[in-house]
Amino acid sequence: MLRLSIPARQALARLTLPLLIAGAFALLLLGKADALLAERARASLGDTLAPLYDLIANPVARARAAIAEAGHLVSLVGENAALRAENEHLRQWQAVALALEAENATLRANLHWIPDPAAAYVTARVVADAGGVYAHSVLLAVGPRHGITKGQVALDDRGLVGRITETGSRSARVMLITDLNSRIPVTLEHSRARAILAGTNGTLPRLLFWPEDTPPEEDELVVTSAEANAFPAGLPVGHVHYVGAAPMVVPAARLTRLDMVRVFDYHLAGVPPPEAGERRAPKPAPAAPYEP
Amino acid sequence: MAINFPPPRRDPRSDPWHQLDAMARAAFPVAATVLGLLALAVPLGLPEQAALAPAFLFASVYFWSLFRPAAMTPALVFALGLFADLLGGGPLGLDVLLLLLLCALTRRWRRKLARWSFLLVWLVFSGFAAAGAALSFALTALFSLTLLPPAPALVEAGLAIGFYPLLAVLFTRAHRSLAADAEI
Repeated sequence: MLRLSIPARQALARLTLPLLIAGAFALLLLGKADALLAERARASLGDTLAPLYDLIANPVARARAAIAEAGHLVSLVGENAALRAENEHLRQWQAVALALEAENATLRANLHWIPDPAAAYVTARVVADAGGVYAHSVLLAVGPRHGITKGQVALDDRGLVGRITETGSRSARVMLITDLNSRIPVTLEHSRARAILAGTNGTLPRLLFWPEDTPPEEDELVVTSAEANAFPAGLPVGHVHYVGAAPMVVPAARLTRLDMVRVFDYHLAGVPPPEAGERRAPKPAPAAPYEP
Repeated sequence: MAINFPPPRRDPRSDPWHQLDAMARAAFPVAATVLGLLALAVPLGLPEQAALAPAFLFASVYFWSLFRPAAMTPALVFALGLFADLLGGGPLGLDVLLLLLLCALTRRWRRKLARWSFLLVWLVFSGFAAAGAALSFALTALFSLTLLPPAPALVEAGLAIGFYPLLAVLFTRAHRSLAADAEI
């Protein structure tokens, strides 16, 4: 240990705090100037923590399920009635869907339609809410050689969740569509108008830049657009809902209780590829096709 | 006649077990904070869970800087902030800056604060928490160059202030047991 005189040691002790605060400012600047460094550091921390979180993921999921079950028991009768009504409704829709599917198949056969290539996907467990007060992202635990790269698209069973922003060897981070920095090109289903879906840090992202003559309608379906080549067209995003005069989108995905997400590789080049020097994992084998 | 002298008593400070024990005691505040942060990142589905972690972090750094500053040195606060920044998705260095400012102010007013009643200590913490939430709100807005809705900052400050008494009770127990056993 370094031997210092008492005044020197006192002076050093007094200097520590200002020096550390200057260090914090330096970190803020560094994080702004070299985003890749912060990203690497986050990815390596994610890699360390993901296996740990994966270990406790099962008990946590079970505890959550038990709590939910207890809640269900209370509202059993009412829920049953609602489900029966919904079932009835869905049965009608099923008939419609089957008829449309058959019609679609004949039309495609007549038109010599070239189907889109099936996208490969991997399913991963959400192990941590890696966001904060001003960031919305989740951490995925993935095995080694997962083949997930930056820019790939994450969906849950209902709709678009977000995009991969960081990958490590055992973990990946998904920026949710509600994040402040998220911008997604979308199409409004009725008018086919294009718009941008911007995260607001709240639960509802907001629509921006729609054409002036076609304002979004309340309850209109919003899907991704293939513009900018960052997403495939037609992935369900949510429904338009006006809050005051602002058109917001109620996400179709259950962003507050994500359990599993599927990460799709659509081989799109709209998002810049990972920087040179970043390790690229081999492409996974093609998987079953996915119809949104 | 043989006289049995008792073996000479060893200096307890040189005992490896004792040293290990002392180290564990010194590491407790930071270790508990790290574990708490890790636990709060698990998707438990709690309402406003995103704001709980910074609230816990703030309360923890304040309490230990006030009552056990040797175990919550500025360097450790820096490390804690960096860990929280890397764990979360915010701008790198923001938590480091906020926690260091909190630590600096708490250390400066420590001698007065430690003698005050719990209510006053809580009141001072409320001021710090509100100022911290406001600063973090302002800096995040500045960095992203957008005007943010103020609700998350209010929730963060409210949770920090509201949960402080509960955390203080838990921390005080830990603090007392750490101090009591340290004399042996």
